[in-house]
Amino acid sequence: MKDIANIMEIQDFSFTYPKAENPSLKNINLPIKENHITALIGPSGCGKSTLLRAMNRIHDLYPGCHYEGAIKLKNQDGSIGNILDIKKENDFIALRQRVGMIFQKPTPFPMTIYENIAYGLRIAGIKNKNDLEEIIVKSLQDAALWNEVKDRLHQDARGLSGGQQQRLCITRVVALKPDLMLFDEPTSALDPISTLAIEEMILGLKEKYSIAIVTHNMQQASRISDYTAFMYLGDLVEFNDTDVMFTNPKEQQTNNYITGKFG
Amino acid sequence: MEKIFARLSQVSASLVFVVLVSTLVTLYISAKPAIEEFGAKFLIDARWGVDVPIEPPSSDHKPAQQASQSSVSNAHLDNGTNAGDEDDGINVGDDDDGINVGGDGVVSNAPHKEVFGGAVAIVGTVFSTIIALLFAVPLAMGIAIFLSEIAAPAISKPVGIAIELLAAIPSIIYGMWGLFYFGPFIASIFGGHSVSLLVAGLVLGVMVIPFMAALSRDAINTTPDVLKEAAYAVGATKFEVIKDVVFPYAKAGIIGSIIISLGRALGETMAVAFVIGGVFEFAKSVTDPTNSIPVVLANNFSESSGLSLASLFYLSLILFVVSFIVIFTAKHYFLRRGK
Amino acid sequence: MRLLINKLVLGLSSLAAVIGLVFLGWILITLIIKGSEALSPYIFTHDLINNGIRNLLFGQFVLAGLATIIGIPIGIMAGIYLQEYSNGSKYADFIRDLSDVMMSAPSIVIGTFVYAVVVMPTGHTAGWAGVFALFVMMLPIVVRATDDMLSLVPTELREAGIAIGASKYHVIVNIILRAAKVGIVTGLILAFARVVGETAPLLYTSGSSVYWSTDLSDTFPSITVSIYNLATMPDDKMVQLAWAAALVLTFFVLILNLLGRYIIREKHH
Ligand SMILES: Nc1ncnc2c1ncn2[C@@H]1O[C@H](COP(=O)(O)OP(=O)(O)OP(=O)(O)O)[C@@H](O)[C@H]1O
Ligand SMILES: [Mg+2]
Repeated sequence: MKDIANIMEIQDFSFTYPKAENPSLKNINLPIKENHITALIGPSGCGKSTLLRAMNRIHDLYPGCHYEGAIKLKNQDGSIGNILDIKKENDFIALRQRVGMIFQKPTPFPMTIYENIAYGLRIAGIKNKNDLEEIIVKSLQDAALWNEVKDRLHQDARGLSGGQQQRLCITRVVALKPDLMLFDEPTSALDPISTLAIEEMILGLKEKYSIAIVTHNMQQASRISDYTAFMYLGDLVEFNDTDVMFTNPKEQQTNNYITGKFG
Repeated sequence: MEKIFARLSQVSASLVFVVLVSTLVTLYISAKPAIEEFGAKFLIDARWGVDVPIEPPSSDHKPAQQASQSSVSNAHLDNGTNAGDEDDGINVGDDDDGINVGGDGVVSNAPHKEVFGGAVAIVGTVFSTIIALLFAVPLAMGIAIFLSEIAAPAISKPVGIAIELLAAIPSIIYGMWGLFYFGPFIASIFGGHSVSLLVAGLVLGVMVIPFMAALSRDAINTTPDVLKEAAYAVGATKFEVIKDVVFPYAKAGIIGSIIISLGRALGETMAVAFVIGGVFEFAKSVTDPTNSIPVVLANNFSESSGLSLASLFYLSLILFVVSFIVIFTAKHYFLRRGK
Repeated sequence: MRLLINKLVLGLSSLAAVIGLVFLGWILITLIIKGSEALSPYIFTHDLINNGIRNLLFGQFVLAGLATIIGIPIGIMAGIYLQEYSNGSKYADFIRDLSDVMMSAPSIVIGTFVYAVVVMPTGHTAGWAGVFALFVMMLPIVVRATDDMLSLVPTELREAGIAIGASKYHVIVNIILRAAKVGIVTGLILAFARVVGETAPLLYTSGSSVYWSTDLSDTFPSITVSIYNLATMPDDKMVQLAWAAALVLTFFVLILNLLGRYIIREKHH
């Protein structure tokens, strides 16, 4: 593996849900590489979403979660902080602005298309109307969504098609210029064409952003990711270059999974 | 801001608790004189506003027969009549501590005290509710099944909406209709009075039909289509599907809807006030007038004070507690929230 | 045989439906026929003292309207607590249960409660007492309506809001309430419709008045209480007026219900 800087480094990480007896994640060690795409794969229930949701600590919406180990995030100034140390509300907000998340189902806010993007920007402190306008148009253009929505910017975002909604949600996150973007099966609720559009979008994003994506679709993982992590029953079984992983995995379990012997 | 908002919302939620508890406490405190005076006997004493002489505090417990014959001077209550001819086992005056009616201590000639009991109203409430349910349940179930399983959507939709709208009609309308039309109609068939226990029960029944039917229909509609289809696929008739698939599946919801309707009937005031008669007498037959707790409360509150007012609060407390239990049972055991 | 039973039962249940509907139709037709006898523009422009219902309608809507205005913010806040802040605690379930109980509590009991805490200390009936009684009825309805509507908002939407760095308060106010807006508004309309037709809690809290009044510290006119009084009078004219008032009241209640339904349906299209 080439030596590439990590935007995030998960170290000896274990996670237990509130009221659960056993940890859902055990001793995970995983780097997320800067400006690359890391795919998380594994059978249903193995803990992919759980791991992803730890990376911006959205788990903390529900009190009683138990973390162990460390998740180190590289700051813009090059210093490194452990996000598991965060306690203050303000720091959570800052973390989530830096680590964006896109969900399985599109989550357009109940507002206009324009407002959907403006909302996060305003929260981030951008209030000037011209600035907002500029950023919104720019990000929509970057997302190749501009032509489809430019005439209906001020209509309810819930009127868009599912694929468009999902791309809007990605745009909404991109507009905040996060350091790391997390995708939890972003295409599993979409048709193949919308899926392709989103895959292209994600591929385009890695020039500027670091990305972690959970997917059930092996082809998708091999198409878009640079690195792949295979998880099984709360353990990280193997982390490898995607090319290597899909042709010549180290672990027998990985091989079984990607060749469809189980899962 | 954040904190204030969160806090405010918590306070608002607690307000529900506060209101409920203060209702209970207020009713209890207001009813206290009557509770201390009559205790649990209140529940079985049929006399309301009956003057009885206070026995001299001789401690031997002989049955107070005098109470039954003497001095029925209930002038202050317009329709309060005596029912003192039964229940002569009642031992008024053996708890002499709480009595301060008719002047303190030095009472010279024949001290009197008023006696209040809730039995007539309680029995009236229970029976009118039973009649209402006997009448409403079969009809409401018929409507519910008709709407969900028999009628074509073109019919069941508008009829369903009509039923729901009927459930929203203020209950006072049902009472007026009962007084002027339904009561006389029933009297012409069954004889007896046009205001009576029977009329009250039936009007109550008509009133809860739409409510019960709408709730039951919703419960029935939760049965997954695949389940029904699977039953049809093995050759079941529609009735068998309803009996063997739909009912068992929706059973809890249906029972819940019946109990909730029962709660409504128990506490209903206006639909009954017009048609039950409002007299403090047991109905010897169903076509006689009698009383119910809500109606006693509605008719007598403003003219009451002292012990009679406390007795009304006692009745109110009883009604509240009973409906509390009924609703709680329905919600807790039959209408569990999802998740 | 099976087929026969099937036919029989289906026939019976259809018959039950018809019987039930006949009763309900009977009531409606009676209401319309009797109500329209005394219905005229005159009654809308005169107070009860002059054989009109203007002050009664106004009074009823003021009582129910004020109860709603007070009940809405508190009820919605409580609903927000249950759904957004309680984290599914036992306490929240407890409050839900209590709301359900309060929602179905006999309205006359609420009347007696308000009588004891407001009317007895002050010594007279007053509009505010009626407002308070209706508020007590209204509160649990609004709480549960808000609670239910918020529970329909998908969790992902909350998480998506949090995930772009919005605070919980922001997410609730700007996203969740907006997403649930239609449902909540419908709930409020239905809650208003529910209390506006109430008689029992007003009987001896706000009382009744034949005059025009805007003074809530005194006995206040109410259409439902006056219907009760008028209908039991030995005077045919008064009974007729009671029917007219009943028709007008029912009309408003049904319109409100239809409005609530319409709004909800519009949303689904
Ligand atoms: N809120 C929760 N409380 C307790 N346990 C949970 C909770 N959510 C998930 N789990 C458990 O944690 C484990 C991992 O779940 P997770 O959702 O991370 O799986 P996943 O790999 O994303 O699966 P899928 O591919 O189906 O999305 C599962 O065993 C699941 O049952
Ligand atoms: Mg998952």
